[in-house]
Amino acid sequence: MALSLVNAPARVARGQAFEIRASVAHVMESGQRADNEGRLLARNIVRRLECRYAGEMVFAADLFPAIAANPYLAFHAVAVASGPITVRWVGDNGFEHSASVDIEVT
Amino acid sequence: MKSLASLLLLLSFGAGAQPDTRRSGLDDMTPALQALQRDDTQNPAALWLKDGEQRFGTACSACHTPHSLRGAAARYPAFDRVSGKPVTLSQRINLCRQRHSQAPTYAAESSELLGLAAHVGRLSGGLPIAPPADARLAPFLAQGRQLYTQRIGQLDLSCAQCHDQQAGGRLAGSVIPQAHPTGYPIYRLEWQAMGSLQRRLRNCMTGVRAEPYAFGADEFTALELYLMQRAAGMPVETPAVRP
Repeated sequence: MALSLVNAPARVARGQAFEIRASVAHVMESGQRADNEGRLLARNIVRRLECRYAGEMVFAADLFPAIAANPYLAFHAVAVASGPITVRWVGDNGFEHSASVDIEVT
Repeated sequence: MKSLASLLLLLSFGAGAQPDTRRSGLDDMTPALQALQRDDTQNPAALWLKDGEQRFGTACSACHTPHSLRGAAARYPAFDRVSGKPVTLSQRINLCRQRHSQAPTYAAESSELLGLAAHVGRLSGGLPIAPPADARLAPFLAQGRQLYTQRIGQLDLSCAQCHDQQAGGRLAGSVIPQAHPTGYPIYRLEWQAMGSLQRRLRNCMTGVRAEPYAFGADEFTALELYLMQRAAGMPVETPAVRP
């Protein structure tokens, strides 16, 4: 399945703040729960999100076990240049996924 | 008492066409949750939907276009001539793979099947649910109605006792919905995942301590047939979000 999604307006005026919305398909297993046999389920979470735009990191967040499955984050950036906005998710068990969206700055 | 009852009866007839008192589960959700469902960039089902859309493009587009399938989801379950019984939309997708694409079928509740069903459902978004007027469906519809009103489980409750007689009331903190399957497959917050109507029905069955039917059981198809008939005319909301 599509592992992650990133949404931003297609066209933004230069200098304007705009919203970026990112989500990722992930179970976010907290490491606190037990299975039907009573065995503890190993922690398996997304630990970090990084958003790069116009050559620099504009937003980053650390994620923790109390966050529900399929995390969704929305944040803002200021439009400086046309190009891709890339959101990268990194997690336990070597999980890594990124998705990008292009915006046009007018 | 009798005269009062007949007066009420007269009044209700005098009012002419009855207003539609049916409510989608959407109407009982908080504004924040409603917004989550309505906004494509916030709806968590988008993760499955995107996958379904891509899968549709590679696996289904040889025969189907999004345009040709507009309204299809609003007509299911529909009668399948080959097997001689009604099939749900998900079953139809698998039959289509089996018979026409010679491809392996998807497992029940797999993200592949949920994604495709959500995508096809969304193509009918906003259209009224329109069960087919097919005489061959009549016995299955009757079976569905019978299952809906039959008491089951250790709690000895039927679907109708909660969802007809007590709808709008509360079960602990939650509003008891009228049980119109307008938006399946749904993203259910309790599941933290997408699921089919059958998964939801199995939840209800274990809730009343009954043994749930297996995924794909004919009883579920009959029940879905009845529920869709009951919800006829209500708009398709797929993919819906529910608490």
